[in-house]
Amino acid sequence: MVIDSINNGIVIDHITSGKSMLLYQKLGLDKLNCTVAIIKNAPSSKNGQKDIIKIDTLIDIDLDMLGYLDPGVSVNIIKDGTIASKFIPELPEKLVDVIKCKNPRCISQEEQELKHIFKLTDREKRIYRCIYCESKAK
Amino acid sequence: MRSIIDILDLSTQEIDSLIKTACDIIDNPDKYAEKCKRKKLATLFFEPSTRTRLSFEAAMYELGGNVIGFSAANNSSAAKGESVSDTVKTVSCYADIIAMRHPKEGAPMVASMAASVPIINAGDGGHNHPTQTLADLLTIYREKGGFDNLTVGLCGDLKFGRTVHSLINALSRYSGIKFILISPEELKLPEYVVNNVLKKKNIPYVETTDLIGAMPELDILYMTRVQRERFFNEQDYIRLKDSYILTPDKLETAKDDLAVMHPLPRVNEISVAVDNDKRACYFKQVLNGKYMRMALILMLLGVE
Repeated sequence: MVIDSINNGIVIDHITSGKSMLLYQKLGLDKLNCTVAIIKNAPSSKNGQKDIIKIDTLIDIDLDMLGYLDPGVSVNIIKDGTIASKFIPELPEKLVDVIKCKNPRCISQEEQELKHIFKLTDREKRIYRCIYCESKAK
Repeated sequence: MRSIIDILDLSTQEIDSLIKTACDIIDNPDKYAEKCKRKKLATLFFEPSTRTRLSFEAAMYELGGNVIGFSAANNSSAAKGESVSDTVKTVSCYADIIAMRHPKEGAPMVASMAASVPIINAGDGGHNHPTQTLADLLTIYREKGGFDNLTVGLCGDLKFGRTVHSLINALSRYSGIKFILISPEELKLPEYVVNNVLKKKNIPYVETTDLIGAMPELDILYMTRVQRERFFNEQDYIRLKDSYILTPDKLETAKDDLAVMHPLPRVNEISVAVDNDKRACYFKQVLNGKYMRMALILMLLGVE
């Protein structure tokens, strides 16, 4: 299967097979007008299979959350047909509206307009806590 | 503009300074009688409270200020579905400082993000209650002369007791503190407090179910209520409940200068007969709470 290469845009590579739709939704790619390709189950020398997302424009999106949602993905920024930069997102210090607090006693459960914000409290153990009630993210 | 949501929002230096101010208020009340003249405290209590609301209100009146507010959510626009943010943005137009109690955890934090005046967390569900901890700290300071090298027994419900967790956090910043954690197995201190505070800071602690056995070693005994609904079965509750009721005979082996504390309200976990013991400090804690709230209001309003 052939998907055209892009001139200016973002390629999210090495997505765990099956997770591309989750990343598509969390990154808000459904709201874009440009071409976005989701490639599922592409062959991977490392893991056997992987997903890839190609975004055919350079846009400002919260790529940091990828470090939480699927550690190990790589992000390629394409400019003029070549890879201008490549990085593996680290665990972000803060997650905004990526996950929701499950604590029924938390104010974020009652007030629907509130942003769900989590802070990284233990990088080694990958623990995030809700900034309002301090419950651990599950 | 600064808010106090968690006891850890205050450094040990700031707590020392609040204690110093509180002690000065106790010694020279007249000096402070008009410090907050023409200032208004709003007490926004979305759930009922006796001690905390009256303590805040008494504190502001003794500083010469005024108080506005409500004492139940159904007396406020919250009953109409108004958000916490909108409520405090409105109240910020009327008051210089807000003390807020709310049944939902994190509500005062949300308030502090929206308000244009300082917010004091007066209790958010089972989460934080920093001014109770300030009351506890002033009581310990006045009874013991400081915080270093104390053996502190915490007894009862250590799992759900927010005052216990806050006090452990606050005391863990002083040197030579040792904790004796006395509770039924079902109500032990949560692992995250043990790991993130005690183990992380290498603070010595002992976990035991035996209050009488621990008694001789204690400088402070902080009692909390063991509630029936916390147990999985009635038999365990009946078996354990009396072990954690403090009576005069259980105090026989205690030090003469032990300080018995309790955040109140008590139900039956401290026998009324203990009230006459000179080591009972729980009603002093109530009074100390008012002085610390006065000191905190002064600090947050930037009143010298």
